[in-house]
Amino acid sequence: MSLRTTVAVVMFSVLVVFFVSTALMLSFGDPMKTEMDDYIIMHTQNETGTNSGITTVVFDYRGFDTLGEATILFSAVSGVLMIFRRVKN
Amino acid sequence: MSQMSKIVRTLSNIAFPFIMIFGFYVIAHGHLTPGGGFQGGAVVASGCIMLLVAYGSTWVFEKIKVSRLSVFESLGALGFIGVAFFGLLFGGWFFNNFLVRNGILFNIVPKTGSTAAEFNTAGVLPLMNFAVGVKVIAGLFVIVLVMAYASSLKEWKQ
Repeated sequence: MSLRTTVAVVMFSVLVVFFVSTALMLSFGDPMKTEMDDYIIMHTQNETGTNSGITTVVFDYRGFDTLGEATILFSAVSGVLMIFRRVKN
Repeated sequence: MSQMSKIVRTLSNIAFPFIMIFGFYVIAHGHLTPGGGFQGGAVVASGCIMLLVAYGSTWVFEKIKVSRLSVFESLGALGFIGVAFFGLLFGGWFFNNFLVRNGILFNIVPKTGSTAAEFNTAGVLPLMNFAVGVKVIAGLFVIVLVMAYASSLKEWKQ
């Protein structure tokens, strides 16, 4: 076997072992720590008046994360318009 | 890029209003159903990009000004941060949900547990969904529009 094939086989087997062990380590639908989930499920309707807990997490409890996403989109648009600034109407 | 055939243009004309309705529904009901400003904005921008592909970027580029779309994108960002700063002004901290119990609009608090969806709930979240939706529509569409038009110019081709 050439060196290239050996490296590819080793990397592929490492990936397979990694994914299989990760899949076997955590059981599906049964997280170990559920304090945050329980708090959000129990209190989101009373605190924020929202029926959808996911939107509450995205826009209210983790609002700074959405602010960062909006900043990323804004900087992407600014960069694209700056690169193609010679294109004029 | 030149426009595509008559069949493609007619079919995209038929599909365009339904895509718009679905996208604006996802934006407007972001606090009740799965989805929100980002997802609905991506749907609406995809509908506009479908028209862009069908009719050709040169035709669309003559109809729409890029600077105007850029202004809409900035207005969405300013609206999002502005709602967050209104929380600082009225409630005491950044990103405070100040409309939820004592606001004029969106002030109903549903009962805890499984309840029917009421549109007039959730405080500032619909406003933020709307701002992010406007921002994502204008942002994604202006990116694809400028890149498609620039790739069709002759001076960029080697």
